This record gives sequence, C-alpha cells and structure tokens, in this order.
Amino acid sequence: MHNIITIAKREIKSYFFTPVAYILMTIFLLITGWFFGSELFLVNEATMRNIFALTPLIFIFFIPAVTMRSISEEKRSGTIELICTSPVKDSEIVLGKFFAAFSLLVATIFSTIIYVIILLILGKPDGGVIVAGYIGLLFMGSAYASIGIFASTISKNQIVSFIVSFFIIMVLYLLDKFMYFIPTWLGSILQYISVDYHFQNIARGVIDSRDIIYYLSLIFVFLFFAWNSLTKRKYLST
Amino acid sequence: MIKVQNLTKDYGHLRAVDNISFTIPKSGIIGILGPNGAGKTTTLKMMTCFMPPTEGTVFIDEKNIYQNSVEIRKMIGYLPEGCPIYTEMNVVDFLYFIAELRDIPKDSVNRRVKEMIDSCGLEEVVGKEIGELSKGYRQRVGLAAALIHDPEILILDEPTSGLDPNQIAEIRSLIKQLGKEKTVLVSTHILSEVEAICERVIIIDRGKIVADASLEEIQSSFHNQNRIYFEIQSKKDADILPEFEAIKGVESLQLFSKHEEDMITKFFINYSKDMDIRPELYNFIKKNKDWTILEMRTEQHSLEDIFRQLTEKGEEVAHA
Ligand SMILES: Nc1ncnc2c1ncn2[C@@H]1O[C@H](COP(=O)(O)OP(=O)(O)OP(=O)(O)O)[C@@H](O)[C@H]1O
Ligand SMILES: [Mg+2]
Repeated sequence: MHNIITIAKREIKSYFFTPVAYILMTIFLLITGWFFGSELFLVNEATMRNIFALTPLIFIFFIPAVTMRSISEEKRSGTIELICTSPVKDSEIVLGKFFAAFSLLVATIFSTIIYVIILLILGKPDGGVIVAGYIGLLFMGSAYASIGIFASTISKNQIVSFIVSFFIIMVLYLLDKFMYFIPTWLGSILQYISVDYHFQNIARGVIDSRDIIYYLSLIFVFLFFAWNSLTKRKYLST
Repeated sequence: MIKVQNLTKDYGHLRAVDNISFTIPKSGIIGILGPNGAGKTTTLKMMTCFMPPTEGTVFIDEKNIYQNSVEIRKMIGYLPEGCPIYTEMNVVDFLYFIAELRDIPKDSVNRRVKEMIDSCGLEEVVGKEIGELSKGYRQRVGLAAALIHDPEILILDEPTSGLDPNQIAEIRSLIKQLGKEKTVLVSTHILSEVEAICERVIIIDRGKIVADASLEEIQSSFHNQNRIYFEIQSKKDADILPEFEAIKGVESLQLFSKHEEDMITKFFINYSKDMDIRPELYNFIKKNKDWTILEMRTEQHSLEDIFRQLTEKGEEVAHA
C-alpha cells in the first residue's frame, strides 16, 4: 500500500510538470462549459444531461492522453529499471500508476461541480440523477484509465500507447451503437460488453450492481493485463 | 557473498550472456570488463532482479533471485547504465522519493538524505531540477540514490561514461571509498578504469568469461617480457639499432620510428623478465659518445594489449 502511494504521488506531480494535465483540464472545462451554458440559457432547462452525455466521449481522448506516458515514459527513459530494481512489486507499480490517473480523473470530474452549484441556484435539478451520473462517470473513467495503463505498458512510445488505448476504448464504446444490423442474441452480448450501455443505465439514476460489477471487472482485467505485460519485460526484449 | 551460477540470457535468437559463473566472497571492488555488446549490462540486470535469466541463477547470501527477489533488491544498490532518473524532479524530491521506495524508516529519512547530499557532494545542486544538472552531477545523484539505503552490495553499470576527466577522478575516488566496506561491482569497457580502481577483474566477451583473476595476476601472466622505450639522437649515423643486438639479455628490438634529418631513432627493446638488463644498457650507451638519450622509459605491456588478446581470441583462457 505504502509503495502504491509513493508511486502514485510521484506520478501525480509529474502530470503537472508537463502541460498535458493543464491543457486537458482546460479543454474539458471549456467544452463542458459551452454545452452547459447553451443548454441552460437556450433550452432553459436545469439539467446536467448534456454534460453526462458528452463526458464519456471527451474521455475517449482525454484519458488515453493522461495515461499514455505513465509506463511508456519510464521505459523510454530507463527509469523503469530504477523502480523495478527497488523492492517494489510490479503490481504495486501498476496500481500506483492507476491511482494517479484516477486522482486526476476525480479532480477533472469534480471540477464540473460548479455547474451543479449554478443549477442549484437557478433551478431545481434532480439530485438523484446527478449523483448517479457522477458515479457513472467515475466508474467509466476508471475503466478507461485501466485500459490506458495497460496500453502504456506495451510500448516505450507514448504515441503508440495513446493510439492503442484510444482504439480499445473506442471499440468498447461503439459496441452497442450498431444494434440494428445484428441478431438479438449477439446484440445483447455486445450490449453487455459495451462501456456506454452500462453508463447509460447508471446515468438514468438506477445504480444496479450488474453495472458496477461490469466496470469493476473491466478495471480488474485491464490492470491484470498491464501487470502481465509489465512482468513480461522479463521475457521479451523491450 | 555473491554467487553467479551458469547465468545465461537469450534475447530471441541472440545469446547475450552465455553460461557465466563467478563468486565474489566479500567486499572489495570487482570490475566487469568487456567490449561493447559483451553482455555486461545484461548480466547486471539479471543480478539486480530486473529480468530473470533464461538459465542459471544468482545467489546472494543463500538467497536467490527467483524466490527472494524482494530481499535481494533490498540488499543491492544499483546504478543502471546511462543513469536514468526523472529529469523533471528536483534533486531533493528525487532522493526522498527513492528513500520512500527503499522503505527507509520515517525518523531517519531526513538524516539519510542529508548524508547522501554530503557524501556525494550535492550541496550546490539540492534544489535544482535534475534535467538541468551537468552529467557529472547527474551521475552523483544516481549514486546517491543507489546508496541511500546503505546497501551491502553496490552494482554500477558504467558509472563514469560520458564524464570529463575531473568528474571521472571524483567518481572513482568515491567508488574506492565505498569499496572499503561494501562489495562494489563496476562494469566498464575502459581498461584504465579497471586498473585505477579494481582489485579483481572479470573479463567477458560475447557473453562468455574469458578471464577472471586479480589485476596483478592478469597483468603478470602476460608479462614474461619487459620492455624499454628509447629515443636516441646520434651524431653520425641514424642506423643504431643493430648495435643493441649484442647486449646480453636482449630478446628483440622493435623500431618505432626513425627521423633521418635529425638522426633520431625511437625503438623498443624487449628483454626477458628474469634478467634486468638496464645497468648493462646504461653502460653500453655511455661508452658510445655519439649518442644522446632523449628519452628512456620502462613500458608495461599494457592491459590494452592483454584485453585485445583475450577478446580477439574469443576462446576460453584458463581461469585463475
Ligand atoms: N533489450 C534487448 N533486446 C535485444 N537484444 C539486446 C537487448 N539488450 C541487449 N541486447 C543485445 O545483447 C548483447 C549484450 O548487450 P549488453 O547491453 O548486455 O552489452 P554490454 O556489455 O552492456 O555493452 P555496452 O558496453 O555497449 O553497454 C548485445 O548484442 C545487445 O545487442
Ligand atoms: Mg552496457
């Protein structure tokens, strides 16, 4: 636990050494702010619906951009040797990296609280839906982050890491978008593995254990892949 | 005690390390010497548990790299090749980070970090970003990180590469200091480095050990001959070499260069180790009034020659 925190702390600091974190958070707030404003003033509705609809899409770019450096950069610069030869388990490295990304994710998501405050001042938003929406975003974002961490273990080139995680997330996102063309039995399988389907369920205000279990398994599976791939340095040449 | 047993590493089809075995009893500085691509770094990476061998194992005090990897990592301080460190961190933050990873107890962290700053000469750069440091300072930060948990064993992969002569001298004296109480393993492809700091040298080439002995042993086993270098100016004739053949004990003469205009001859005399011919030589030259000695010095067969011989033969040389 102690090692995980040490690794995560250093990683979080390093986000803010490069402009990536600032740029991403600014862009995120600009886009969500724009849609929030237009809904509030043009449609005159006090909801977070637009933000909850938009954020999963923004995250498809945002999270791979956050996680792409995490292990790739350590491999490129060789600092991976430094941490892997100190008494730290590979699993602790992966978890440390994951929790760092998770922290930035939490900070980003909760920067939108300001919109909720505006809503509370101006109208009567549905509190339950908003809380559920945030929970959904957290789980979904964490799942994306675990995919991003995995992708960053497979190459020392962060662009490759970005593309791989972007691609995996994109596929998982789009799975339930082409339901009309396929048989129903296949459709329901695809739906079950689609990340967006579960988010939509939660965002409706119903927190079902099946959706939570889905996200937790996704996180577990990709963190396991990440661990496996990091341990593989031992057998592969890169 | 370090015991390396039949260590072998394949990268795909390339056998980078081929059945290497050696034992290091206790403290002292041991050099691992070999040309580029010999497999030094690969060997060290396996010893530090960065990656496991294809075959063979490493024991450190009865602990082995498979079952006791974490304990072994605790006992070792490692400076990887090229000294990778987080360039965006500042020196103190970096040392605290390593101290945390190394599980240094909370109440002694401050003291340890301070000691490292003192002993590695980092006072001037404590607050600086590592990316802004000169190579020499960077290397010292790397050393400080490797030493912070006061390991029994220190493994340094090319610790002086890319440094200027002053910095090299500083790092070497630091290593020598450390070698008094720790086991220090230094990899290098620079012979003078081994001569300057190591007590024992393991020479590897193409993944195999070609020699493993104390520095003197290696030097002397190749020194059946001594060698003197002469630079003599003659008043009459530049062709003075044949005259030396008559001296008893001279085994061979070797012309280095001859300047016809000023009649300077530069040459080597090789003579048997069993017999000191220097007094004889002196008397001989003194008798000949036409000659002026411009330079005269004893030459060691350099480690350079030995190294070249060993690594070019590419075959096993008797282990000492
Ligand atoms: N990650 C890797 N993947 C594939 N081959 C590798 C890898 N690392 C090293 N090699 C190969 O293994 C051999 C030994 O390399 P190693 O780095 O151990 O040599 P070295 O003795 O440290 O050389 P140098 O003095 O240049 O540092 C070389 O032929 C090298 O090309
Ligand atoms: Mg090397």
